[in-house]
Amino acid sequence: MTQDDLTIADPKMRAHGVNVFYGDKQAINDVSIDVGTDLVTAFIGPSGCGKSTFLRSLNRMNDTVASARVTGRIELDGEDIYAPSMDVVQLRARVGMVFQKPNPFPKSIYDNVAYGPRIHGLAPGKADLDGIVESALTRAGLWDEVKDRLAESGTALSGGQQQRLCIARAIAVDPEVILMDEPCSALDPIATAKIEELIHELRGKFAIVIVTHNMQQAARVSQRTAFFHLGTLVEYGKTTDIFTNPRQERTKDYITGRYG
Amino acid sequence: MAIVNDHTVKAFDEDLNRLRGLISEMGGRAEQALLQAMTALNTGDLALAAQVVEGDRKIDALEAEVEQLAVQTIALRAPMADDLREMIAALKIVSVVERIGDYAKNIAKRVALMDQTRSIEAIPVMMSMSGIVAELVHDALDSFAARDADLAVRVTVRDKIVDDFYNSIFRTLVTFMMENPKHITESAHLLFIAKNLERMGDHATNIAEMVHYVVTGERMEERERGETPEGSAAAEQEQG
Repeated sequence: MTQDDLTIADPKMRAHGVNVFYGDKQAINDVSIDVGTDLVTAFIGPSGCGKSTFLRSLNRMNDTVASARVTGRIELDGEDIYAPSMDVVQLRARVGMVFQKPNPFPKSIYDNVAYGPRIHGLAPGKADLDGIVESALTRAGLWDEVKDRLAESGTALSGGQQQRLCIARAIAVDPEVILMDEPCSALDPIATAKIEELIHELRGKFAIVIVTHNMQQAARVSQRTAFFHLGTLVEYGKTTDIFTNPRQERTKDYITGRYG
Repeated sequence: MAIVNDHTVKAFDEDLNRLRGLISEMGGRAEQALLQAMTALNTGDLALAAQVVEGDRKIDALEAEVEQLAVQTIALRAPMADDLREMIAALKIVSVVERIGDYAKNIAKRVALMDQTRSIEAIPVMMSMSGIVAELVHDALDSFAARDADLAVRVTVRDKIVDDFYNSIFRTLVTFMMENPKHITESAHLLFIAKNLERMGDHATNIAEMVHYVVTGERMEERERGETPEGSAAAEQEQG
C-alpha cells in the first residue's frame, strides 16, 4: 500500500491494523486508514472486497452480526470505539449511517426526522424539535419539497426523496461522521445528482465516508479514495491521483475496467 | 513496455486499437511527406512536391477522425488512469502530427520557387538532417504505439542532434549568402526549410514527452532529456 503524502493532521477517525472476521473467514486484513474531518472519503472496490464490512466497523454496525469479530484499533477523536466504556448508542449518534436502500420508518416525514433528537433528548420543547426538523430537512435539501406535507408518511416519498429523508434523519442528531453505504445505487440519475450535490454541501460540516460501486461517483464527490481488494486496502490517496495516476497495478486495472 | 491486460468490455479495446491505428497511419503519412518533400527538393521533382501538398489533405482528415473518435470514447467509455491519459495525449499528438505535415507541405511548396539552387552545398547536409528528423518522428510515434517510455526519452535526447544540424546549416547559409548575393532568395528559402526541419524535431520531442506522461503518469524531467532549456542553442544562433 502506498500512503504518499497523505498525512491528515487531525483525523476524525483513525483505524489501525484492523481485522474483521465472520466466524473463521477473514473479511478485512490489517487495514489502517485515517479519515479527515473536512473530507469526503470514498471506498471503492469489487463486490466482496470488504469495503462495506470495513465501513460498518466504523460505527460498530457489525456488532449486530453474531459471528463478526473485530481486532485492531478504531478511534473516533482519539477514543477507542471498541473500548468497553464506549456507549454504542451514543457512538451511532456520533457516527451516523445511510444505507443503500432508503429505509424511512413507516411514520410521518416529521417523525422520521424527529425520532433521533427525541430519543437522544436533544429537543427540550416542541419549538426546539420543530427547529431541528426544519434545519435537518433544509440541510438535506428536502425542506421545500415536503414542508407542506410533514404529516404524510415518509414511505410515500419518491426513492430519491426517501434517501434525502434518511440523510436528514442522520443529520438531525448532529453527528460528527456520516457513513454512506452505496446511497445512490437505488436512485435514478437526477436523484443521484441531488444526493451528490448534498454530499458536496455537507462536506466540512461532517466527515463523510461513502462506499460506492460507481467510480465516477467516487471521482465526483470525494477528495480521498481508498481501493479495497480481497479484504486489504490496496491503495489510499488523493482522489485526483487515484483516478489519473494510480500507483498500484491492481488499482489501475480496477478503475480502467481491466479487472477480472 | 508494461504488460497491459485487456478491458472487460472488449469494445473499449477495439476503440483504443482503432485510435492507435489511425494515429500510426497519420504519423506514417507525415514521415513520408517529410521524406518526399526533401527528395523533391533535392531532385527538383515538381510532381513529387505536388503529391506532398495534395497528401496533406489526408493527414488533416485523419486528425479530424482521431479527434472525433477520442471525444466519442471519452464520452461513452469514461476512461480512467492510463486510458484517460492516452485519450488526452492522442488529441494533443494528432494536432502536433498535423503541424509536422504542414511543415512538410511548406517545404514541398518551396521546391518550385528554387530550381536553380541544387548546387548549394547546404542541401546535402539538410538531407542528412531530414533523415534524422524523420527517424525522430517515426520513433516518437512508435513509442506511443508501444507505450515505450524509454524510447520516448531517447527521442528527446536525439533532438539535440537536429538542433546542432540547424545551427551548422544556418552558419553555412549565411556565409553562402554573403558570398553569393544573387542567391539570397533561394538561400532564404533554404533557411526556412532548415527551420521547418528543426521545428519538426521539436514536435517529435513534444510527442515523446506526451508518451512519457501517458506511460508513467509523470512529466519528463529536464535532466532526463539531458539538455539546456528548449531551443536555446538555436535561439542564440539566430540572434548572433
